[in-house]
Amino acid sequence: MGVLGQSIKRREDPRLITGEAKYTDDLQLPGMAYAAFLRSPFAHAKIKSINTDKAKALPGVVGVFTGKDFMDLNPLPCAWAAGGVKNNLNTPRCVEPERVTHTGMSVAVVVAEDRYTAEDALALIEVDWEPLPVVTDAKKATEAGAPQIHENAPNNIECEWECGDAAATDAALAASDVVVKQTIVNQRLIPNSMETRACVAQYNPAQDEYTVWSTSQAPHVQRLLLTAFVMGIPETKVRMISPQVGGGFGSKIYIYPEYVTVTALSKKIGRPVKWAETRRENYVATTHGRDHITDVEIGANKDGTITGLKVKTYANLGGILSTIAPGIPTTLYGRLLSGPYKIPHIHCHVTNVYTNTAMVDAYRGAGRPEATYVLERAMDWVANELNMDPTEVRRKNFIPANEFPYTPADNILAGLTYDSGNYDKALDKALAMLNYAEFREEQAAARTKGKYLGVGFSTYIELCGVAPSAWVGLPGQGWGAGLWESANVRMHLTGKVVVTTGSQSHGQGHETTMAQIVADELGIPVDDVIVQHSDTQGTPFGYGSYGSRSGAVGGVAVHRAAQRIKEKAKRLAAHMLEANVDDLMYEDGKVFVKGAPATAKTIQEIALQAAVGYSLPEGMEPFFDETSYYDPPNCTYPFGTHICVVEVDAHTGKTKILRYIACDDVGNVINPMIVDGQIHGGIAQGVAQALYEGAVYDDNGTLVSGSMMDYAVPTAAMLPSYETARTVTPSPVNPLGVKGAGETGTIASTPAVVNAVLDALKPFGVKNLDMPLTPEKVWRAMHANGGNGKEG
Amino acid sequence: MKVSMTVNGQALEADVEPRWLLVHVLRDQFGLTGTNIGCDTSQCGACTVLMNDRAVKACTVLAVQADGAEILTIEGLKQDGQYHPVQQAFWDEHGLQCGFCTPGMIMTAIDLIKHEAQPNYAAIRHGIEGNLCRCTGYENIVRAIRQAADKM
Repeated sequence: MGVLGQSIKRREDPRLITGEAKYTDDLQLPGMAYAAFLRSPFAHAKIKSINTDKAKALPGVVGVFTGKDFMDLNPLPCAWAAGGVKNNLNTPRCVEPERVTHTGMSVAVVVAEDRYTAEDALALIEVDWEPLPVVTDAKKATEAGAPQIHENAPNNIECEWECGDAAATDAALAASDVVVKQTIVNQRLIPNSMETRACVAQYNPAQDEYTVWSTSQAPHVQRLLLTAFVMGIPETKVRMISPQVGGGFGSKIYIYPEYVTVTALSKKIGRPVKWAETRRENYVATTHGRDHITDVEIGANKDGTITGLKVKTYANLGGILSTIAPGIPTTLYGRLLSGPYKIPHIHCHVTNVYTNTAMVDAYRGAGRPEATYVLERAMDWVANELNMDPTEVRRKNFIPANEFPYTPADNILAGLTYDSGNYDKALDKALAMLNYAEFREEQAAARTKGKYLGVGFSTYIELCGVAPSAWVGLPGQGWGAGLWESANVRMHLTGKVVVTTGSQSHGQGHETTMAQIVADELGIPVDDVIVQHSDTQGTPFGYGSYGSRSGAVGGVAVHRAAQRIKEKAKRLAAHMLEANVDDLMYEDGKVFVKGAPATAKTIQEIALQAAVGYSLPEGMEPFFDETSYYDPPNCTYPFGTHICVVEVDAHTGKTKILRYIACDDVGNVINPMIVDGQIHGGIAQGVAQALYEGAVYDDNGTLVSGSMMDYAVPTAAMLPSYETARTVTPSPVNPLGVKGAGETGTIASTPAVVNAVLDALKPFGVKNLDMPLTPEKVWRAMHANGGNGKEG
Repeated sequence: MKVSMTVNGQALEADVEPRWLLVHVLRDQFGLTGTNIGCDTSQCGACTVLMNDRAVKACTVLAVQADGAEILTIEGLKQDGQYHPVQQAFWDEHGLQCGFCTPGMIMTAIDLIKHEAQPNYAAIRHGIEGNLCRCTGYENIVRAIRQAADKM
């Protein structure tokens, strides 16, 4: 059989290529009304009064509500306070009653017969505002005299967190041959899933229950937070369904104020209510990502050996906390700062900061791209300082393949270890694709003709399959619950299999890959397996899809449930064949006595016997129905090498990517086509950060890059083709040997592109530039020393 | 006011306000929700349909402007149980992930191939600039359109 590792076409695609798939905004319920939110134009202001009379009087308006109408609901919870430190938590209410801390917070909601009328009514609501002083920069927000946003957070500090050994790192740096210091900015990004947020809620008064459809990466978690934490009702009173989800990239993990409001409104007005976010709302009211200002010090000896790394980061979390905001720039960032290198001493200090900007939370990679950017820029600084080749500095400091499992220094990974790796192998393979020596000759020749080529490297690791519960949870990293995953596998009388999973797809193809896992394990056709997810009714609880955990955690739960069916099938087959179970083989969907394949019973025959239950061994219950709740012993650690080749136009400062090479090792691969697709998309988002994207706030806290006209989501013509390859180093953490592929592209690519541009700019003496590397910024840097574009 | 148009070969009528967008009429009045809305500034192209044989962004056309027009949406492509070659190519080449941009992307690709029977990769990238995808990094979309061009 062996459907694992095969590029079978996605089974979810027929409904997507025909327009038959139903996203949340596609749902139409009888009697449905439409909600629209009035959002604050001020970044920091008190609400003195709100007059909704005119809006209420507009024909077609069903109701207008303000924050005061929802005071029976709790503020939204923060589910991940940074571990081991005091957190000054502030979270939003579903509709703000008194004060706003960023533009775009909702202060009133209209429900109307149609969306046009709802929008019309918003314009008739009168708010008397009292604007307050604004701060948008994370570092400035902590300085004396800065406007104070929350009473419980002096100097706007949400928390101060650290990892590693400060004294040992300082000593190591002091004893180093060279130390490079640099401040870098990892700019704020806006996720921009193509489907914006949406929610539909219906209240059933007879049962006092709700059905809520929301576009989500984690419907079970959203339901838990909505019910038990905000509404104060039993979790079982809400059924949450995420129909087709149009991308998320982290931004759809969370419980959002609007989802709470729409749910509450469905009861208040006694009709189903729909809210579909506009793109402009998405820019100001859905979470953003990244936004770090970081001071880096890296020490090395003359031979290129890294001696220590000291990192101080200001992480901007926005005006109020999204669901898991504090955990991202702490655990998922600081703990990754050893990367693929043996660094003897590391210290990282993070200040999580409130500013009058939109909420910042996980965005594809979430902390790990920021850590990789620090390290991969720093490797190039060391190479420049020592006049060494950037690949040699990296190679010199790689953790050798024979030192796994590897524990990074100074306990920065808080007790976990890197599972497996062979970093040289991935670098060698990528360098061979590039033909490095030839490129350097070409680059030198081009420079003599006024043509500036550059090559950039990124040798990265990441942490995937985010778990284990005891490590990430309250006893450790502060996550407010567990992070196991679940699956149920049932084999029906007909031999057809239904898999339900608590994991959830928003574009990754779970219905294909999870079916491949089961088909391979049971030796049955993949078309005999269907995968159901995204509905809290009928699927076991799961924590959802993020942190590249669907395969390495959710997929393993599926595998274990299938294994249990296999074991039960063997015991039943032993009964049917009157044989000893230890003498049986399970192969290609058949069970037979070893050495006597003619005795074989097919799994379908055995499932029929299990289902009818006429003759079962003593104590065996009928039917094949097995559930697994899988909590892995460790995370997984993919790695690889990305190489970017660019040409920078000396006249315009414009960067053109000539080649993009990615050699990734994500462990064993379930479906190569899907993995490559994930890597393509990840690279695109990372390249976009390097060259194009950036959220810009003005001093008043208005989002200047607040629409698709103003924020540079790249088009096809702005991105290169990708040359992908892989090495395979299975993970010993799980029986599938998988690591995770959803975020590697984003994590690796950003520094590869920036390093390439700076390599091209070397003749001009440009050592650092902050992203995005727009033509203007690059052109100015080339001309900064009065060089008129001439080499300095 | 009343508008009538032929949508996927079927004569349809709707009573619309003059300000209503074609995309809202297609989705909310005619129930053709395959055409998606991804932005409010005509950047993303998720709502692309063919109007009188030309690709248009249905968020940029008023329903009254489509009075008397022939509209083809994603729902009208499959004929006699057979996928359109562009649909088939998107499936074969893994040209979609979350699928939200896909209907608009497919309609644009059909228009592109109609105007240039054998576009090269650069022409395809340029030709789909009005359609944004956030998942695929475009590589497999470009390959899919190239493959479809060979079969059309």
